[in-house]
Amino acid sequence: MAPANESFPAALARSGDPVFKWFTISCAGTMLMLLVGIFVILVWRSNLSIRKFGFSFLLSQEWNPVIGEFGALSSVYGTVVSTVIAMLLAVPLSLIIALFLVELAPQSISRIIGGAIELLAAIPSIIYGMWGLFVFAPLMADHVQPFLGDIAGWLPLFQGPPMGIGMLTAGLILALMILPFISAICRDVFRMVPAVVKESAYGVGATTWEVTRKVTLRYGARGIIGGAFLGLGRALGETMAVTFVIGNDHTISPSLFAPANSIASTLANEFTEAFDPLYLSALIELGLVLFVLTLIVQLIAQIWLNRMRKAAGGGL
Amino acid sequence: MRNRSHKWRRRVNLVVQILSSTAALAGVAALGWILIEVAVRGAAALNFAFFTQLPTPPGMPGGGLASAIVGTLLMTVLASLSGIMIGVFTGVYLSEFGRSTLFASSVRMGTNVLMGTPSIIIGVFIYALLVAPMGHFSGYAGAAALAIIIVPVVARTTEDMLGLVPNELREAALAIGAPRWKMTMGIVFRSAKAGLLTGVLLAIARISGETAPLLFTALNSPYWPKSLTEPTANLTVTVFNYAMSPYADWQRMAWGASFIITGSVLLLTVAARGFLLMKRER
Repeated sequence: MAPANESFPAALARSGDPVFKWFTISCAGTMLMLLVGIFVILVWRSNLSIRKFGFSFLLSQEWNPVIGEFGALSSVYGTVVSTVIAMLLAVPLSLIIALFLVELAPQSISRIIGGAIELLAAIPSIIYGMWGLFVFAPLMADHVQPFLGDIAGWLPLFQGPPMGIGMLTAGLILALMILPFISAICRDVFRMVPAVVKESAYGVGATTWEVTRKVTLRYGARGIIGGAFLGLGRALGETMAVTFVIGNDHTISPSLFAPANSIASTLANEFTEAFDPLYLSALIELGLVLFVLTLIVQLIAQIWLNRMRKAAGGGL
Repeated sequence: MRNRSHKWRRRVNLVVQILSSTAALAGVAALGWILIEVAVRGAAALNFAFFTQLPTPPGMPGGGLASAIVGTLLMTVLASLSGIMIGVFTGVYLSEFGRSTLFASSVRMGTNVLMGTPSIIIGVFIYALLVAPMGHFSGYAGAAALAIIIVPVVARTTEDMLGLVPNELREAALAIGAPRWKMTMGIVFRSAKAGLLTGVLLAIARISGETAPLLFTALNSPYWPKSLTEPTANLTVTVFNYAMSPYADWQRMAWGASFIITGSVLLLTVAARGFLLMKRER
């Protein structure tokens, strides 16, 4: 390496240090300012709707731009139900995929399949939406929903005309979207389990499944829960994939075949049409509700994972 | 361990093995299915006009998405330039100065939370901050929203990658009298180059497919982007509008645009992984 400062005196070069440090600090500070800024701006801009509807905004099912009545209940319901469907499918599937990648597959196959599943996470959500609307929804309408109606039609969950789009389809696509995300975390958690611990279990004659259930899963439980929370946060706010297939209807229906909506899909569909200040303000308040929801989930996940990292002493 | 017959335990093990292999294969199959549909339907929509002409009104055949391609590129470049800089220096602060101070921990947590904030919220935020006061949608607002999405991704990877640089390198540089900023920019950055590039590529891949934040910021436009102070055409919002339209011709265009978006995102992602792999193997 060349001498650090040939061309100008060391003292001058050193005076760059505080500048450099403060520059990086201000960049880092922007991050916190952004978070606070988002909250403040959303509250400020939804002021009109907050004052008009108060707490009943969250409890009312009414959503009628014509008479200026707005309630978030159907959107919140749709967000929660589609997310629950997605989590119920994605978490167990992610776990067994991670199990395959870490415990079962040979290194080379694990690398290829692991890479392919991670690519699923890179595909933009609008592509899932396109695919969902034009490829997956027709399949649901023609085969899956009639089949479900036949075998479980006595449940209100699976009644109604098979339209393809609706709550169930949205939940399924959402599951596919968060699957790679959660399985990547599970895989890392499984890898963190010290080889010695597993080897000693294998040593006393346990099968792969027994080692996984009694050692790996137990050892990694906290990491998996943290990862599931991160996936949950992602599913709550997922917009485009859901908007394409959920049907966008402001009614709460017991049937999973019925069109519904989510907070994010309502925003995506109605935001640019909202010329009335109260309408716009209600939509921004919906955004605020979503922000607070994901904020809580994210904070729980981060604090939980931080604690786990401390307990595990590095790694992950 | 409860006493179960050896045979039973082996059988359960086999079932689990089959289940988990099937699940992994199903995941890969889903990826293949999506990619094939996008490639087949998308390639059919691509021709010379697609890349060179403006969109036509519904019902009229022909036309292309040239303006949307240019608009997307412009906003992505602008967002990357600003977002990457702030992100990299945030990462530098966390790894070189802050380390485990209270401020650094809260920035770290804030970064993670911001990374998990739905991009549609970022869109609403920029709408309320820039679009509403200015009174019109604009390409700059779109770029700003994308930049906010980039920053935490870059900050996280930068911190991780700088953390891998051995401390001896820093000490050696400081010992011969290099100022700290020079040590960071010249020595630490150079040795973390591949990792930094990975982070940057992943971040660009992430925003190339973003739609939700652009819906309320850049919106869309059927014209050439003359200036970023106006609504700016872009690929993803075009896909959203065209796919939801009843016109077969527009839906075909949407598949073409999806093909371009997916192709570039996957290319960037694979390139990023390639860099990281090269670094690990060295």
